[in-house]
Amino acid sequence: MHWTYDTWALAHGTGGAIVKQGGDTWFFLTADYAFGHALERDTSDVVQAAGGKVVGAVNVPLNTSDFSSFLLQAQSSKAKIIGLANAGGDTINSIKQAAEFGIVQGGQKLAGLLVFISDVHSLGLQTAQGLTITTAFYWDLNDKTRAWSQRFAKRNNGRYPTMVQAGVYSATFHYLEAVKQVGSAADGLKVVGAIKAAKIDDPLFGPTEVRVDGRAVHEMYLVEVKKPDESKAPYDYYKILAKIKPEDAFRPLAEEKGICPLVN
Amino acid sequence: MVSVKDTIVPQRAETSINAQFVAFVAMVAFFTAAPFFFYPVFLMKVLCFALFASAFNLLIGYVGLLSFGHAAFFGMAGYVCGYMAETWGLPPEIAILGGTAGSAVLGLVVGALAIRRQGIYFAMITLALAQMVYFFCLQAKFTGGEDGIQAVPRGRLFGLIDLNKTLNMYYVVLVIFLAGFVLIYRTIHSPFGQVLKAIRENEPRAISLGYKVDHYKLIAFVLSAALSGLAGATKTIVFQLASLTDVHWTMSGEVVLMTLLGGLGTVFGPTVGAFIITKMQNDFAELGSWVLVLQGVIFVVCVLVFRRGVVGELARTIKKPL
Amino acid sequence: MFELLGIPPQALFGQLLIGLINGSFYALLSLGLAIIFGLLNIINFTHGAQYMMGAFCAWFLLTKLGVGYWWALIAAPIAIGIVGIAIERTMLRWLYKVDHLYGLLLTFGLALIIQGLFQNEFGSSGQPYQMPASLTGGYNLGFMFLPVYRAWVIAASLVLCFATWFVIERTKLGSYLRAATENPALVQAFGINVPRMIMLTYGFGVGLAALAGVMAAPIYQVSPLMGADLIIVVFAVVVIGGMGSIMGSIVTGFGLGVIEGLTKVFYPEASNTVIFVIMAIVLMIKPAGLFGRAS
Repeated sequence: MHWTYDTWALAHGTGGAIVKQGGDTWFFLTADYAFGHALERDTSDVVQAAGGKVVGAVNVPLNTSDFSSFLLQAQSSKAKIIGLANAGGDTINSIKQAAEFGIVQGGQKLAGLLVFISDVHSLGLQTAQGLTITTAFYWDLNDKTRAWSQRFAKRNNGRYPTMVQAGVYSATFHYLEAVKQVGSAADGLKVVGAIKAAKIDDPLFGPTEVRVDGRAVHEMYLVEVKKPDESKAPYDYYKILAKIKPEDAFRPLAEEKGICPLVN
Repeated sequence: MVSVKDTIVPQRAETSINAQFVAFVAMVAFFTAAPFFFYPVFLMKVLCFALFASAFNLLIGYVGLLSFGHAAFFGMAGYVCGYMAETWGLPPEIAILGGTAGSAVLGLVVGALAIRRQGIYFAMITLALAQMVYFFCLQAKFTGGEDGIQAVPRGRLFGLIDLNKTLNMYYVVLVIFLAGFVLIYRTIHSPFGQVLKAIRENEPRAISLGYKVDHYKLIAFVLSAALSGLAGATKTIVFQLASLTDVHWTMSGEVVLMTLLGGLGTVFGPTVGAFIITKMQNDFAELGSWVLVLQGVIFVVCVLVFRRGVVGELARTIKKPL
Repeated sequence: MFELLGIPPQALFGQLLIGLINGSFYALLSLGLAIIFGLLNIINFTHGAQYMMGAFCAWFLLTKLGVGYWWALIAAPIAIGIVGIAIERTMLRWLYKVDHLYGLLLTFGLALIIQGLFQNEFGSSGQPYQMPASLTGGYNLGFMFLPVYRAWVIAASLVLCFATWFVIERTKLGSYLRAATENPALVQAFGINVPRMIMLTYGFGVGLAALAGVMAAPIYQVSPLMGADLIIVVFAVVVIGGMGSIMGSIVTGFGLGVIEGLTKVFYPEASNTVIFVIMAIVLMIKPAGLFGRAS
């Protein structure tokens, strides 16, 4: 079972949207491990399919603390978009240092491929504004998400949930529902079958369905980080640019034939 | 000025051979019976580290050279061995010998550079060169970078013994360890070993007696590197994995710790130290970075009040070198 | 826009700037190591951990007490220096009469303890440290973009290095220090309290490392691992320069930073290892180090 996001969904959400807005030359800053490479590969495919061009990429060792020299390479590549195929602290640091070296002022744009709301929070809107992000969850979507997020925040010193935290909640929720249906957790296969059979209106992700390959399918959102003066409340960070329909958000089953043993 | 050598118990040939012989028989008996009482994979880890620490001890204990970069030889042999067994599909005995030879060559290069300085500089140089090896392993294609070389086949030794059976593997590791151990013992007690000790005690004097000190140091360094490589290559076959952990400087620190805790310059100390530290890491694994703290504390305590180590103290009590 | 050897000028000068930044930290740290080694005959393996503690001290002051960068520049080195003095009084001083290698082993153990404790508390990922508002932004020089904070770090380290050099080589206090390095017994006989001098010297060297840590905090993430790998590079710097001269440490530190920066332009794959390669070459040609005295 796989909830929330995967590299395909992130690449298609962010990559596709940015090329449509005119960001058609890309340079990647890629975290040098499997996840980073997958993100770079998937996004490159999307960018090229949409008519864009990838002019270069540089592999950054994990936990590098100084991104400036890699950013300079990206800068001198003259690409319009610098794709950050990394995560967590690495993303935060590269965005911060890009701001320090005036890369955004120089006319290049950053595309964070995997950015959580907690990252935006620690960067501050001043530094993060204008970033385009794909996310599976945002607290300020509807009454249900707001209610749940506020409960979450109360228990976590005012921190709002990221999409991963929401995903874990939702996955556990589905699992327990299925166990209730089957009557016991003893037979794992049966429970999995029940999860896949259920069509649940998830309180956090909206209508959600678990496909035969184990992928939980729901809507994704393309968002832009607000400017500091647009933000009215704590964690009021995102402007929703577009909803991505479930069938567009994830890799279609048809493409998985022969790749995924569960699909036939 | 008191130095490393002063903590080492002086040798008296006749009686010492006896005490060491008894200890050796006891050790062989213990490790032969051990897989029936302990988890064999754990014991194999102990044996690999015991050989590694004994090889390291050859330098610090008998030549007075503190290498802070021995992980380079341990880990590099693991990669070479893993690559030969996995990608080239060579049998385990060839892969292990290949890894050992690789570390010997690396030891020749590192040693030739490092012996140009003594004492603290020697330690810093070996540490720095080992870090270079680490970065090489991180970036080179054949090592698999962050992923390492996985699923290394254990294969059949000489085409006969199936190493996938745990006990077969165990006794092969034991034989490799004992062979390395005896080689180190013979080296220490050979005329060559006596010259090494003379260098440790008083290098200018050894030079004035006409010994080519640098040659002796270099040979000892290469031997130590090769045996560390033997240990690392064997570990790769046992765990079917070669990874960055084994070339990282923390591994260099660990082997120093094992030897220090067991007793610098004692024959059996490194093995005892390897057993204690490996056991500790096993039992406290879930404590995460507290293990690091604990290792640090052992370092500090050993240096401040327990410089002879477990076996060194024991030897002092029974007044016989071990 | 002109190009040098096919390299765009922003990249070339930008990497040089980054090289100078790294060089600043190499210089500050190797300077501290050299001073400590001169008097204590100990290679302070804890130096990297103390640099990290300096950064954490600044982070702690800012996030928990609301004390800003400028005060941290003063408070952190003093606090960490005092911790250093405590280490010297309770542990290091017992080792002055045994083989120097034990000093290395002890400080290595201390580094493990400190790093382990911080990792336990903060994990291995970094904590962000906000740059002081007065030093944000940058100048567009036309051929390159110069961030204000980076310029400040280079300037401040240069001033610090030369101030240290001046105190040691040109003042009376420094002359005592140099004399005690040569012959502590004789200096003691002249009525100078050498043990106290040793203690303060260690505190000063450690404080210098902590200061470097504070300056590094806004550039890098404040993380428990930030000192560990750095210290090994600094060791190589020390081997290359030789620990004989203060000026040698400063020049070698900055020089190697610049060389590393240039490597990132022309052959980025080797930028991690270039300093070690240089060390190997220096060992072959001049084993005592560029500024060292033959042992």
